[in-house]
Order: sequence, then C-alpha cells, then structure tokens
Amino acid sequence: MTRPTRQTLPEGALDATDRAILNTLQEGFPLTPRPFDDAGAPLGLNGAQLIERLSRLREIGAITRFGPFFDAAAMGGDFCLCALTAPEADFDRIAALVNAHPEVAHNYARDHELNMWFVLATPTPEGIAETAARIEAETGLTVWQFPKLQEFFIGFRVQA
Amino acid sequence: MNDLDPIDRRLIAATQAGLPLVEAPYAQIAGQLGLTEAEVIYRLTALLDLGIIRRIAVAPNHYALGMTANGMSVWDVEDAEAETLGAQVGALDFVSHCYLRPRAPVWRYNLFAMLHGSSRGEVEEKRAILRDLLGPACRADDILYSTRILKKTGLRLRDG
Repeated sequence: MTRPTRQTLPEGALDATDRAILNTLQEGFPLTPRPFDDAGAPLGLNGAQLIERLSRLREIGAITRFGPFFDAAAMGGDFCLCALTAPEADFDRIAALVNAHPEVAHNYARDHELNMWFVLATPTPEGIAETAARIEAETGLTVWQFPKLQEFFIGFRVQA
Repeated sequence: MNDLDPIDRRLIAATQAGLPLVEAPYAQIAGQLGLTEAEVIYRLTALLDLGIIRRIAVAPNHYALGMTANGMSVWDVEDAEAETLGAQVGALDFVSHCYLRPRAPVWRYNLFAMLHGSSRGEVEEKRAILRDLLGPACRADDILYSTRILKKTGLRLRDG
C-alpha cells in the first residue's frame, strides 16, 4: 500500500485541508464506531470525505501508514538503533550482509565515520544482542548498540 | 509481555498493515476476526492504555512533503539536564523524533533529534535553534545526513 518514495510531490498537490488532516491525524484517531465522522468533524469533513482524502493521500504517497503503531518492547520484543563503520570499498557488501537479516527493519547510509545506521526489531529482548553478534561475526565489524532510553515525541507539522 | 492473549495477537496481526479506510473500520475488523465491534474497540483501547499501541495515527512521508533534507542531529548533553532538555527539544514542531540513548566508546552523544527541512540550509537553521536552546549544557554536537536508504520495511509481527 505504501509508495516507498524519495520523490517530492508537486507544488499544490496538497490543499489546506490535506495539511490539516496530516497534522491532526498524527496526534491520534478515535476508537469509536464511526471514527472518520468523529475525526472529520473538527476539520469540517464528514466521514466519507475524510476517507476519500486519506485514500488519495496514501495513493500519492503523502502518507506512508495509517493505523495503530505498536510498541515492540511492550509486546515483549525490542527495538535497537545500531551503527557500524563499513570500509567504503566494502560498503555495498556489508550492507547486503546486514540487510539479509529479517530483524533489520531499516538501514541508512549516513555521512559520518559510523556510516551505516540500522534498526533491529526482534520478537524477544535477547534477539537484539543475538542478531548484533551474528552481524559482527559475518562482517568482522563492531556493531554499536544505541537502545532508546527515553523518547520525546511530538510529531511533525506540515505548514498550514 | 504476557498480557497479550491469542485474540489480541490476531487483532494486532489484522491491523498492523493499517486500518481499513471504511466508515466503520472496527466493525470490518471485527467481522474478519469473528468478534463484535464493541470487543474490537474495547481491546484496542486497552492496548492503547497499556502502551502496546503507542498511538493510532497517520505517518506522513517527509520526502513526499518536500522535506528532502533529513538529518539526525546528535548532542552531548550534561546527564543531569538531559531529560528536561530532551522534553523541550521534543516539543519543537520541526523535531519529529527525539531520544535519549547511551554513549559508546566511539560515540559521545546522548541526545538524538531528527530534523527535517526542504534543504540542508533549512535543517542547519533548525540545528542552530536547538544549539541555542541547549546552551552550555551541551558540550558538543554533530549532524548525520542520510545519503541513501539501504533498507526500509515495517515492523512485522507473527500471528498468534
């Protein structure tokens, strides 16, 4: 359903109502029998209109997901941000070794001495250390673990 | 976490790809699982209260929305002040995520804030605002721009 894109939408693709939807629905969505009606009301939309706009926003790739966000740790699993330093000449091979693990949820190249940053998501807390150890064995590189100690979340505002 | 019974697990599996865009989404999920709409709403509410669901919301695609410059800003902040300052950083509307993480022998930074802008110049302006906010409690900082997405998949949970 998602369009994994790094493309930017053309100017004017979103109107003020679309931007209000993006800002408001990042905060939360009602758990009521007719949630689109309830969420749409403060935006001046009925449920059908809100659904139509959300469908379009998803189709054009303005949103990547709509629904519950689960906390892996609360479900008994864990998440951990990890980083390693891959030699430039060997970068793609190392990336392939890292990405081959299903526990690697995302992986980004970054411009720093620690040049590969990835997130491990495992169904058990022990899975993080186990997966990191396997990656270390396969790559011969140290996997530094940066687990989240505390999170401060507010979201991201689209200019209205 | 052992609070999840088999019905919760099926409910998580049924909603982790997203909520259906229909006027009564919880009734539709209930139909798929052989539950009542009231039970689906009750269980989702309980999962939200337990923190297993962090929120039900849209995730905007920063890239599609013109935020093509994305930097992971990192800060070496006095431990005693890190929590208070982290909350202030997280409350800024241009910070999408903000975390406290442990330091490592090769890594002195403990506060991470994701910054987004339409250009690196814009991201750097936001970084300057953070630097002012953190003041002398911050001893050093850096920013890591992502140069490539190497992998991106969502969290996948096993059913049951």
